Order: sequence, then structure tokens, then C-alpha cells
Amino acid sequence: MSTAIDNILNQPYKAGFHTEIETDSMARGLSEDVIRTISSKKNEPDWLLEFRLNAYRHWLTMTEPKWPNVTYPKIDFQDIIYYSAPKSKTTKKSMDEVDPELLKTFEKLGIPMNERAALAGVAVDVVFDSVSVTTTYKEKLAEYGIIFCSFSEAVRDHPDLIKKYLGSVVPYTDNFYSALNSAVFTDGSFCYIPKGVKCPMDLSTYFRINTQDSGQFERTLIVAEEGSQVCYLEGCTAPQFDTNQLHAAVVELIALDDADIKYSTVQNWYAGDENGVGGIFNFVTKRGLCKGKNSKISWTQVETGSAVTWKYPSCVLLGDNSVGEFYSVALTNHMQQADTGTKMFHIGKNTRSRIISKGISAGKSNNSYRGLVKVSPKADGARNYSQCDSMLIGDLSCANTFPYIEVANKSATVEHEASTSKIGEEQLFYFLSRGIGSEEAVSMIINGFVRDVFMHLPMEFAVEATKLLGLKLEGSVG
Amino acid sequence: MIIKNAETILSVHNLVASIDGTQILKGFDITVKAGEIHAIMGPNGSGKSTFSKVLAGHPSYKVDGGTLEFKGQSLMDLEPDERAKLGIFLGFQYPVEVPGVTNGSFLRLAYNTVQGARGKDELDPLEFDDFIQSKLSLLGMDASFLERSLNDGFSGGEKKRNEILQMAILEPTLAILDETDSGLDIDALRVIANGVNTLHGDSDAVVLVTHYQRLLNYIEPDFIHVVDGGRVIKTGDKSLAHELESRGYEWVLDENRSKAA
Ligand SMILES: Nc1ncnc2c1ncn2[C@@H]1O[C@H](COP(=O)(O)OP(=O)(O)O)[C@@H](O)[C@H]1O
Ligand SMILES: [Mg+2]
Repeated sequence: MSTAIDNILNQPYKAGFHTEIETDSMARGLSEDVIRTISSKKNEPDWLLEFRLNAYRHWLTMTEPKWPNVTYPKIDFQDIIYYSAPKSKTTKKSMDEVDPELLKTFEKLGIPMNERAALAGVAVDVVFDSVSVTTTYKEKLAEYGIIFCSFSEAVRDHPDLIKKYLGSVVPYTDNFYSALNSAVFTDGSFCYIPKGVKCPMDLSTYFRINTQDSGQFERTLIVAEEGSQVCYLEGCTAPQFDTNQLHAAVVELIALDDADIKYSTVQNWYAGDENGVGGIFNFVTKRGLCKGKNSKISWTQVETGSAVTWKYPSCVLLGDNSVGEFYSVALTNHMQQADTGTKMFHIGKNTRSRIISKGISAGKSNNSYRGLVKVSPKADGARNYSQCDSMLIGDLSCANTFPYIEVANKSATVEHEASTSKIGEEQLFYFLSRGIGSEEAVSMIINGFVRDVFMHLPMEFAVEATKLLGLKLEGSVG
Repeated sequence: MIIKNAETILSVHNLVASIDGTQILKGFDITVKAGEIHAIMGPNGSGKSTFSKVLAGHPSYKVDGGTLEFKGQSLMDLEPDERAKLGIFLGFQYPVEVPGVTNGSFLRLAYNTVQGARGKDELDPLEFDDFIQSKLSLLGMDASFLERSLNDGFSGGEKKRNEILQMAILEPTLAILDETDSGLDIDALRVIANGVNTLHGDSDAVVLVTHYQRLLNYIEPDFIHVVDGGRVIKTGDKSLAHELESRGYEWVLDENRSKAA
């Protein structure tokens, strides 16, 4: 039986190829000079260079966090390439000008660009190593006053918005990796939805790390003005290298009065091989600010990749009646480690939050949920519901739940439920005894387990995520 | 019903099986022919469930000797799903709960898998919905059962009904029902017994595992086997059931012990 579990789990990583492409890379290492070079390569205004340098100087005073329930070799921050870009002449006006090798890469990854993007009705921004390659649908979105572009373009074309919001939700002082990102970030996506506009299509960014030993430090900023709505999708992959690569992104969301932001991620960074060699260190800070009354921010994440994942998409519920949601599926296999969860800060009155976390651990992996629900003294009538379920596959994997609850207001209601189950021999035997094969059985059990989360994903993403879980688990049950 | 010259469906000789190095079945014999209903009785821990699971191919058990044949074909090298596709059905004593998997989708997948193996057409969700209605009403089950998670939070009686519902849709050639009667009130017992009687015909066989006589008032067996210490120590006809009913089965064990001594 355990060989069938093994077969399902031991599926090779499909996105693990590397594209031969000429790059403009800087030498390894980090210093004020490196930061100045990045900033000047990008023709940045002085205030942004200043922001970077302040972040860097602050970072130098900080130490890496030790509290996550993960272990990994010490990262040598001087051995990382902080800037790597596909070499190109100038900014591209259309997809035809994009390096064909690059297009092939995205084709292999099944990323909907070009015609496929048009068919799927998805506007895509693609970040390849450090720079944003292309953003589709810009003109159509502009008719609605929506800005969707690379971070670099936003700095150039909309400096006031960037200046106003950059670091307003995740200040560079927030943590070690947000400080590092603020110092060296190279690109990312910016999205602005004007007052009262419902974004007519899903916006999507694909992140790809291509160069060995390069780090990826992207920055995403989404601002939803009063009464606006947007649904944002993020996907990521990386080639297969036997060295570790660092991904330290910062995502900031701002929802004003009555605005609604739905942010979905399918993370499939390379996870290392079955012995834990190689793979991405994914240390990401994602936070949304429900600034206005009745605003809503909803995070949905499907975490299947990375050697080590450390991330807590959070909501600061400042506006009265604002709503924060976190729906998560985190799957770990082989030697993968994940310490992920969310933080819900209830500050405004009648704020509500909902947390549904589903952890799946297979192989020898270690999967922890860590979540904080904090209700401040003024948050009258705050309500939280949390449900954290873990599923173990096989006998060697590990699941942990670390819920932290801090309530400083008597009128608050906080509910927490947790469960751990196991795809054990008895469950599988039950399916087998009805004629259902073990692979189908496992996928049915897993799909049942994640159903409450997947129903919050946009349709196409849910299909992709379902396939991905199947791939990741192929060979794991037997 | 005993039918002359009926096909042998199950033939088990001198079956020896162990779990975690402990031998549980120690020379188990049984022969079951088409049309027949057999009852396997015996005290707790005698090996009844073990026999059922070995028959269905549970991976935790190791077969150390003997033969196990279904319609003349050895089952030894077949996986549990292959056995199910051949037409062997185990009604579990303790059906597992599977949260999140809807009963309806599970039943349909099981049905389509087994139908596919028999070279028959699969049913789409709408067709399956029509198909299952009559089976649900046979067992006095509401359609809302299909929307619930598989066995999750089901009462004991609901779980057992759900097992027989699966038997009803999979139409097995050999059904072995492990303590399907335990934990049922009298009405539920009647419904389930009626279901089994309706489903049973001339070309299939049913093996009831029970340690109460009660069920046998509703489903009349052709043969009774008394199991103790991992083997069948006495086989008789219906009249043995009546004798067991009036005298209990301790005397059979005693008889066997003195025979052995
Ligand atoms: N894992 C195991 N290791 C050793 N003995 C076991 C194990 N599982 C069950 N048994 C033993 O097998 C015997 C038969 O059990 P079972 O077949 O369930 O009996 P029955 O169904 O007749 O009540 C019991 O004595 C039980 O203790
Ligand atoms: Mg038993």
C-alpha cells in the first residue's frame, strides 16, 4: 500500500527547466553600491533610492527570525545575485518584441499570454527573474481607469501613488525579509482600481526565477479605491537547481471604503528533490489593510512548492465592519517545510475574519499552521472563526498547529476548531474494496479535504490547482 | 436457496492468515455456491472480521497458506480493487468516515469503476441520480444522504444502511456482510434485511457475519458455520440456527474442545 502512496507523491517537477537566455546580471553580493546600481539601472527618483537605503541600513541592524518551525542552512546574503534581467534593447511595445526564448518558457509553463490570455480573459504581468516582461491588456483596462503595470513602470508613470502607498502596509522595519526586499526589490506588479470600478477581468502575475543563484525580490502593490472590486491571481515557478534560491517578496493591499480585494496565489516554486537538495526559500510578507469601512480583503493560497515556506498573508481590519478572510491549502512532500498561516488584526468595530487552513503533509515533510487572531480594545463586536485541519499521508510526515489568540475586548467572539486526520490504510482499503484504485482514492480524499478552500478560487485557477495537487501527490499512496 | 449443481462462487480451504506476525486464521474452510446464504457465527475475537478482510484483500493481513478461490480463480495475487471488480463486496463492520468527499460522488465513482470493469456504460451524474433513487427507497434512505460527506457524522444505523446501499448499486456476486446487524434497532434491521433479501438472487451469494441469531430471523440462511480460534468448527443447516437460538453456541465450542482433547 505504501508504494502506491509513494508513486503518487514522486512526480517530477514539471516547471523545472531553465531557459538559455542572455541576461544582464550584477555580481554577487549586497552593499549600498549595489543598491545604488539597481536604482540607477531603473532610473529611479531620489526618494526611492532613499527608501531603499534606509531599508538597507535598518536591515543591517536586524537578525534573521528564528521562531518559525523550519530549519535550513544559513543563507549567505553576499552570495546572492540581486539583479538579473533578460537582456533586451528597450521597453517592449508588444508581445512580438519579447525574446522568443522567453515566450517559449512561458508557453512551456502554460501561462496564458497573448491569444491565450485574450481567450482566458486574463490580464497578465510576467516577472522573469528581476524584471517585468510584459503586461497584457493594458489599454483595455485603461478605459476603466485601471492601472495594471510593472512596478518599475508605476514608479515612472505614477510616482505619487507609489510614494503614497509603498511601505504603508508593510513598512521596511516590519521584519528581516521585508527590510531586505525594500532595499533590493527589482520589480513586481502595481494595480490601481479607481473609485467605484469593478475590474472587468481577473488580473494575474506570473513570477519566474530563471537564473541560478539569483534572488527574487518582487513587490506587489494593489490599491482599491472606494467601492471598487478586483480579483488578483499570482502564480510562480522556478527551474530545478541543486542550490537554494531566495524568494523574498512583499505584497501590500489597500482597500478603502466598501472596496473588495480578492487575492489568490498558486505557489509552485521548485521544492528541491526528494532528499531535500535545492529548492526555493520562500520568505514572503503579504499583508492587506482594510482601511475603509465595509472593506474586504480575501486571501486564498495554494502552497505546493518551495523547499522552505514562511509566509502569513494577513489582514489589518481597521475600517468598521471590514472583513478579512484567509483560505489556505499548504501541501508539503519529501523534505519540504512550511510554516504558514495568517494574522487577523481586529481594530475597527464589528470587524469579522474567517480562517480556513488545510495542511497536507506527505513524505518526510513538516507542515505547520501558525495563526494570530488579535482583537484590540476598541474592536467592539469583532468576530473570528478559524478552522485548521491537517492531513497526514504516510507515517513519516509531520503536522503542527500554532494558534495564537489575543482578545482585549469582551464583546468579541473567537472560535477555533482544529482536526488532524490521516489518509491511512483503512480509508484507502475502503475505497479499494469498492473497486476504486488507490490514486483515484487519494485524489478524491484530498479534493474532498481541500474543497472548502478551492471553492474560493476562480474557476480556472481551481482547475489548475486541482491538477497541481494531483501531480504533487502522484506516487505517494500505495 | 440451495440450488442443485449451482456454480461454486467461493471456495476456501485450510486458509491460514496472520497480522503483525500473529496468526489469526488457522485453517479456515468454507464453500459457497450461487443462490446460497451462509451465516458465519462465533464469539468475539474468533476471527470473523479477519476472514472477511482477508477475503476482500486487506493489505495488513498476510496469507500464510491454504487456498482462496472465487469462481475457480485464485484471489491470492489480486489487489482489493481487482477483487471488487470481479464482484466481491465487503460490508464493513466499522465503515470509515471520509470528510469532504460527498457520498453521492463516491457512490458514482465506485459504480462507474465497477461497471466499466464489466464492460458496461458509465452513468453521468444525472443518469446516476435517476438510477440511485430506487435503491435509496429500497433502504428507506432520503436523497439528502447523497449530499453528505461519506459516513461522516452518520449514525451507526445510517452507516450500515449506506453499506447496503453500496451493495445495491454494485450488484456483487459475493457479498460478505460483517456484523451489518449490530447496533441496529428493530425497524432498521427489518429494512436492511428486506434490502438484502430483495437484492439476493439465484446467481449470487451472501455471507452474513454475525454473533447474534436475531438477524437470521429476517434473513434465512441455508448454512450456518460456527467459528472459533480462527477456523470453522461446525457447519450445519437452518436447524443449527434454531438449535443455536435455543441453546446458545457455547455447547458447540464445548463439543469441539472435547473433540480436540
Ligand atoms: N494487529 C493485530 N495484531 C494481533 N492480533 C490482532 C490484531 N488485530 C486483531 N487481532 C486479533 O485477531 C483476533 C480476531 O479478531 P477479529 O477477526 O476482529 O474477530 P471477530 O470479528 O470474530 O470478533 C482477535 O483476537 C484480535 O485480538
Ligand atoms: Mg468482527
